[in-house]
Amino acid sequence: MEPRRFELTASPHIKGPDTTPRIMWTVVASLVPVMGAAVWYFGPSAVLVIGAATLGSILTERFFGHRGSLADGSGMITGILLGLTLPPGLPMWMAFLGGIFAIGFGKLIFGGLGQNIFNPALLGRAFLQAAFPEDLTTWPDMSGSWWALRGDNLALPFMAPDPAATVTGATPLGLMKFEGIHTETGRLLLGATGGSLGETAALVILICGGYLALKKYLDWRIPVSIFLTVAILSQIIHALAPDRYPDAVFMLFSGGLMLGAVYMATDMVTSPTTPMGAWIYGAGIGAMVVVIRLWGGLPEGVMYSILFMNALVPFINRATQPRVFGTGKAVVES
Amino acid sequence: MLNIFGHTFRHGVHPPDSKELTEHVPIRRMPFPKRIALPLRQHAGKPARLLVSMGDRVERGDKIAEADGFISVPIHASAAGTVSEIGWWPHPDGSMAETVIIDVEPFSPQVPRPRLVPNWEGLTPEEVRRAVQNAGVVGLGGAAFPTHVKLSPPPDTKLEWLLVNGAECEPYLTTDHRTMAEFPERVHFGIRIMMQCLGVDRAVIGVEMNKPDAIEALERTKPDDLNITVEPLVVKYPQGAEKMLIKVVTGREVPSGKLPMHVGVVVQNVGSIATIAEVFETGLPLIERVVTVTGPGVRRPSNLIIPVGTMLGDVLDYCGGITDDAAEIVFGGPMMGSSQPDMRTPITKGTTGVVVLTKAEVKPKKTYPCIKCGHCLEACPVFLNPQLLGALAQAGRYQEMVEHHLMDCMVCGSCSYVCPSNIPLSQMFALSKNQVRKAPPPAKKDADKEKVA
Repeated sequence: MEPRRFELTASPHIKGPDTTPRIMWTVVASLVPVMGAAVWYFGPSAVLVIGAATLGSILTERFFGHRGSLADGSGMITGILLGLTLPPGLPMWMAFLGGIFAIGFGKLIFGGLGQNIFNPALLGRAFLQAAFPEDLTTWPDMSGSWWALRGDNLALPFMAPDPAATVTGATPLGLMKFEGIHTETGRLLLGATGGSLGETAALVILICGGYLALKKYLDWRIPVSIFLTVAILSQIIHALAPDRYPDAVFMLFSGGLMLGAVYMATDMVTSPTTPMGAWIYGAGIGAMVVVIRLWGGLPEGVMYSILFMNALVPFINRATQPRVFGTGKAVVES
Repeated sequence: MLNIFGHTFRHGVHPPDSKELTEHVPIRRMPFPKRIALPLRQHAGKPARLLVSMGDRVERGDKIAEADGFISVPIHASAAGTVSEIGWWPHPDGSMAETVIIDVEPFSPQVPRPRLVPNWEGLTPEEVRRAVQNAGVVGLGGAAFPTHVKLSPPPDTKLEWLLVNGAECEPYLTTDHRTMAEFPERVHFGIRIMMQCLGVDRAVIGVEMNKPDAIEALERTKPDDLNITVEPLVVKYPQGAEKMLIKVVTGREVPSGKLPMHVGVVVQNVGSIATIAEVFETGLPLIERVVTVTGPGVRRPSNLIIPVGTMLGDVLDYCGGITDDAAEIVFGGPMMGSSQPDMRTPITKGTTGVVVLTKAEVKPKKTYPCIKCGHCLEACPVFLNPQLLGALAQAGRYQEMVEHHLMDCMVCGSCSYVCPSNIPLSQMFALSKNQVRKAPPPAKKDADKEKVA
């Protein structure tokens, strides 16, 4: 036999189909319908805001990240998710700045992909909320032409937006909290309500998230745990004081809970790795959302709940290590 | 536990089984090659002690090396010929090992010396054990653990089950599959001998459900007077791992660091069982075995009875050679087998298959940072945390790895298989386990570190 050279590697010699870029780009693809819903409801403003946030993210990733890290798709996800959490009328420069902050301080400063503690997109939004609290809580009205901008999207960099450009409306949570008005469930499901760009179409988010869960690109335990906790807690509270507190259905389908539970809390890097940890983490987020929404000063608390639980992930992981085969209780039984 | 979809363990992975290349190819006998190479170390335990010298003429089946101690077995000539060389030779484990080279006599009928075939029914368990050891029988599933040791439980052990491992969960391999489908009576005969020798009254043959013809053949030939069950198992890797099989069939977990005997079970590979039957049918020792030669890089994938010691090059030539894009040759399955760079490497008693992979399967994969997806935790059949262990391995923190149960890792490769970032987890664990064995970290300070969360 002619001398030939062969690979000499350690086992295993075959590899499953999943790769990190494949997971990330699939998530990006699954966000396309969510973005589509945003454009459907909020018109050109959605394109401008999401585009600006994404551009800020990927430019930061490109110039300050590891060489070639743009190709893994994770920077893109952060940008899109950040854009989806912003109000439609936000000036583009603010969204862009948020994208820079999300990647720069949410991810790269920790060492890039896989190293960050907090969800970068939510950190970007938290930064914007702290820097521009008024603009982040200005919700446009849903009426008017599809083509009309929902606010002063085109305000020059570092210029305050023109308040006259926005016809302000309210979100279902705001209506509930401050005026006690209940929005219909049907509208909540489809998304024809005020709110951040990507958070309104609950049904679309659920379907896209379901697809990712089937592909095992997100841990189904986390959203299920969040939904269960929110539903059970809010239903109990609702039963105690039906006229003061909303019921479970409203709590589940309003605000950023869907987007947060399906896309933010399930970020692989910042969520627990153990199955038991995922349940605890989700329950923690759910409980905090209910507390902040019902008794906090803000109408919405998904963002802070997730960021808070992100910080606890290392502890949750440590406390929920799986029982190693052949150790502990089960052995005694046999 | 009853489940119409078959039984299984938790976690594990689902690589494509790729068995279609050879699963319906009947076993054929490969002709004797010109030379054979018999390493003295073909089994777990002490290498055999050499008995022959250069120029000696040996018949097929003659002992050329004897067992050195209890956990050791003799080696027999797998063909008649002349000892032409004794020296260092490439070994399947990647090292060079002391090996006897025999120039096979051309035109020899290869008839073994006449020998007495003992009537097994008249033998005491001790005599059966000795016969099995003398025949050089080892586990044919890959680890090559001497079979007679498994037949010698310590006197105070209470054995209840004989588990026959026909899971064959490694992709590509069909060695056990064909053995069960073509020689089911021999399997049952081997089980009969083992059950008597061990004094157990219950035997279970675990077979993955992708081998319906094997299950059917075993059911059809099942003897009425023995309590033998054929258990269909879910197709999942590593279903054939000893501890997983025991858990699935008996519901018992072998305690960490202990042997199957501790839960009253002896596990034996189907091929070894059939070999025991052969020993008591023909009197011949273990000098040939069934090997699957397969993979997209082989021109004629086959199931062959190959004389032990046949060199890789001869095997591949017999199977029509390898394709131009063949890139890696693996002894054993692709999940746990070892790559072979040298065509002179011999098939040994523990070689279950020769898998030739092409460039498409082995192209180098780019590694990404760990994204903490947790897929490895859900793959690990022993419930380790490969993500954490991997980080510790990269930092060289072996002591902490041991505390996180590194030594329970069986290097099945499931974590590496699923890792989307292509981190060589299993590979690092194999290396770390070696490090720990070479230089064990200092003993634990207190006992409660043993405590498991």
